[in-house]
Amino acid sequence: MATRIDLAQLRELLDKGAQLVEVLPAAEYTEEHLPGAINLPLKQLDPSTAAQLDPARPVIVYCWDSL
Amino acid sequence: MSPRAACRLELLGFTQVYDYVAGKADWLAHGLPTEGEQTQVPRAKDVLRRDAVTARPEEPVGVVAARVARSPYGFALVVANDGTLLGRLRKAMLDADQAARAEQVMEAGPSTVRADRPLAELAERLRSRRLRTAIVTTPQGRLLGVVQRADMEARLGGQP
Repeated sequence: MATRIDLAQLRELLDKGAQLVEVLPAAEYTEEHLPGAINLPLKQLDPSTAAQLDPARPVIVYCWDSL
Repeated sequence: MSPRAACRLELLGFTQVYDYVAGKADWLAHGLPTEGEQTQVPRAKDVLRRDAVTARPEEPVGVVAARVARSPYGFALVVANDGTLLGRLRKAMLDADQAARAEQVMEAGPSTVRADRPLAELAERLRSRRLRTAIVTTPQGRLLGVVQRADMEARLGGQP
C-alpha cells in the first residue's frame, strides 16, 4: 500500500528526485498543476502510459484533495 | 482518486509509491507556485504581506503595542510556537491594559482566507463588509500573512 505523505514529506521527496504525477483529467492539469508534475490521468493509467516513469525513483501521485 | 492511482502503479510494479493525499488544494492553499493556464488569475498569495506584527500568547500587551506602533499596521496577530493563528489584538485591545497577556485580551479565532482565493472575489468580499484586511492561513491554521484591500485593488487595476 502506498505511503500517505503530507506537504513537508512531499518537499523532501522532491528534493531527493521523486517524480510527481497529477492523476486528474488532462483539462484540470492544463489549468493548473504543481511545478514539474506530469499528467497521467487515472483513467489512462496503464503499462504504456506508466512507462514514462522511472521505476527506480520514488513516484508521488496527487489529485485535487483527499475526498 | 490518488489512492486508486497509487494502487494501480503498485500493481504495475512500482515499489516506491507515495500519495500526497491533501493534493493540489493543499498546495494552492499554502500559496505555493504552480504551472498552467490558470496561474494568470491573481490570487491572495500575489499580494500577501508577510510582515504583519505577531505576538506570543504570553507577551504583555504593552510590549506588543510598542511593536505595532513601529509598524504600518494597527493590529497584531497572536500565534502559537508552531505558527498556528490563535487570535487578533485590535487597536482598542492594544490601548487597554498594558500589563495583560495577549491571550487574555485577544479576539480569539478571527476569520481567515486561503492563499489561493481569487483576488477579485476576495476584494469584493472585503468591500462588501467594509474590511481593509484579511488574514491568510494554511488549511492547518498556520499564519502566512495578511492581504490588504488597497493592495488588491491596485493589483486588479484600480477598480473601486
